[in-house]
Amino acid sequence: MWRALPLVVLALAIAFPLIAKDYGASYYVSFGSRVMIYALAATSLNLILGYGGMISFGHAAFVGAGAYATGVLLVEGITSAWIGWPAAMVVSALLALAIGAVSLRTRGVYFIMITLAFAQMAYYLTVSMKAYGGEEGLNLPTRATLGFDLDLKNDDTFYYTVLVLLVVTLVLLQRLVHSRFGRVIQAIRDNETRMEAIGYPTFRYKLICFVIAGAFGGLAGALLASHGNYVNPSLLHWTQSGMLLIMVILGGVGYRYGGLIGAIVLLGIEELIANYKIVWLAALLPNYQQHALLGVGLLLLAIVLFAPQGIAGLFARPASAGINRG
Amino acid sequence: MSGILILEQTLNGLQFGLMLFLLAAGLTLVFGIMDMINLAHGSLYMIGAFLTSTLVSVTGSFVIGVLLAIPATAVIGMLLEITVLRRLYTRDHLSQVLATFALILIANEVVRISWGSDQPLATPAALSGPIELLPGMFYASYRLVIIAVGLAVAALLYFVVTKTRTGMLVRAGASNREMAMAMGVNIRTLFTLVFGFGAGLCALAGAMLAPLFAVQVGMGENILILAFVVIVIGGIGSIRGALVGSIIVGMVDTIGRAFLPALLREFLPPQFAGAIGPALASILIYLLMAAVLFWKPQGLFPARG
Repeated sequence: MWRALPLVVLALAIAFPLIAKDYGASYYVSFGSRVMIYALAATSLNLILGYGGMISFGHAAFVGAGAYATGVLLVEGITSAWIGWPAAMVVSALLALAIGAVSLRTRGVYFIMITLAFAQMAYYLTVSMKAYGGEEGLNLPTRATLGFDLDLKNDDTFYYTVLVLLVVTLVLLQRLVHSRFGRVIQAIRDNETRMEAIGYPTFRYKLICFVIAGAFGGLAGALLASHGNYVNPSLLHWTQSGMLLIMVILGGVGYRYGGLIGAIVLLGIEELIANYKIVWLAALLPNYQQHALLGVGLLLLAIVLFAPQGIAGLFARPASAGINRG
Repeated sequence: MSGILILEQTLNGLQFGLMLFLLAAGLTLVFGIMDMINLAHGSLYMIGAFLTSTLVSVTGSFVIGVLLAIPATAVIGMLLEITVLRRLYTRDHLSQVLATFALILIANEVVRISWGSDQPLATPAALSGPIELLPGMFYASYRLVIIAVGLAVAALLYFVVTKTRTGMLVRAGASNREMAMAMGVNIRTLFTLVFGFGAGLCALAGAMLAPLFAVQVGMGENILILAFVVIVIGGIGSIRGALVGSIIVGMVDTIGRAFLPALLREFLPPQFAGAIGPALASILIYLLMAAVLFWKPQGLFPARG
């Protein structure tokens, strides 16, 4: 029964804009796009975190680099998504190559810290890019164009585009995880010394994995830029990297749909707290709705302390879990 | 570029470095002894500043306000350690990062609920004016007080860590936790005390820096990252490393921001220098940290022999 669940969810996702329109809630189509974009970003992080065992605290740098790459191209008048989005993936992949080549030589805590340091560098670089908005950020004149009579300015079209990209990414990354490459990566996570002794160039494998994750992070960034018609340095702030980590942990580290579940739950909770009034809570704390992050924080703390396998872990057989080692 | 300007910026760098040291000292001990990444350290800095602001306006005295805020924050820190952080020592780093990140979110919102987004805290009136250090060189007297307080705390810490029995236990814990426990050191209690002490130092740093920056929600987040840069450069678990690292980071950051753009203009075309000068200045310390990690992964003063 569980096997059919992803298809049911996919069917629901396809029907979602129609249902939302029926209830006069078209705003939620745009919200759905945002959730799926973050799901894409979190899924790419889950590849290195869950399967590769690399605790990167700088994933927002790749998302941000992708967003800025598309944003700058749009401002310069190159609006085609067929150029802008692949360009974002290439820029983020190159950034990941540079960061990974240095960072992956360190281990444990040092890896966490050095990825954080590089992400901070990227953050300050965007802050000082005066020609492209600097601290203020960059307003984009238009959304990217796709051709084929598809208008991305239409929220429904954009939603389905993101949905297609998310599904393709999930399938691709899943194929990757089950390929020979993916098995090597997971084996390195479990015992790097042994893999090295057998003769695998572990550094090269990890670096390639890191670059792939960076590229898909960049794709998420490109979509995010088109979604909000706006890019700014806060996309690269270290708390944003933290939020992506939270999504992966909430959903389940090393589970196929971990990133997706995490994005839905985290953004869903934020949305729910901000838009629906819970009467007894409002009586206790009149403007609690401005403090949605308090709920997120408490939930996260509870998950880390009591359900370290995340939400997907509650439903899976223990043996299939990809247990992460710091 | 006159000598006075250089001296002034050097003093600014020293002042910022010493305040970073107050944060880094607690952080490096927590990291070194319990192998625990505590992102919530910056939240204690924020809570300390907010408490100071309230206590100063209640008591009417800056000094009394600060002196009361330090133990209050220390108590909050110890409660946090006993209720939440203690459960995380045996967990992997990822869990520690996330749980303490959750604590940041919680602390930010709790502060916002109790105080609002920001609080006023002015420089004490007696210290608000500049004094003449050298003929023709004026320097804010409050910044000199910060330097004096920072140096005093560094000396106190040096004395406690190297000359007292508690300090010996702390050093033993930092260099080899299991061995220290096998020798009968009660690491749990020791650690709660160290954590409270670190929280107190956070409050001191928050209170001293607040009149220069601002007391606001999120103030701890950027300085926390700087404190991590410091302890990674200095070597995790080493107080001496934290002091040296703080001074290096404080100096490089302050002096880089002040002089690097002008320096680049000497060598590069102006429009190019204008574009990369500020960027390079703000990423200088991260470059430094990446270089240290690359060539000396254990930091400049490794605590574990």
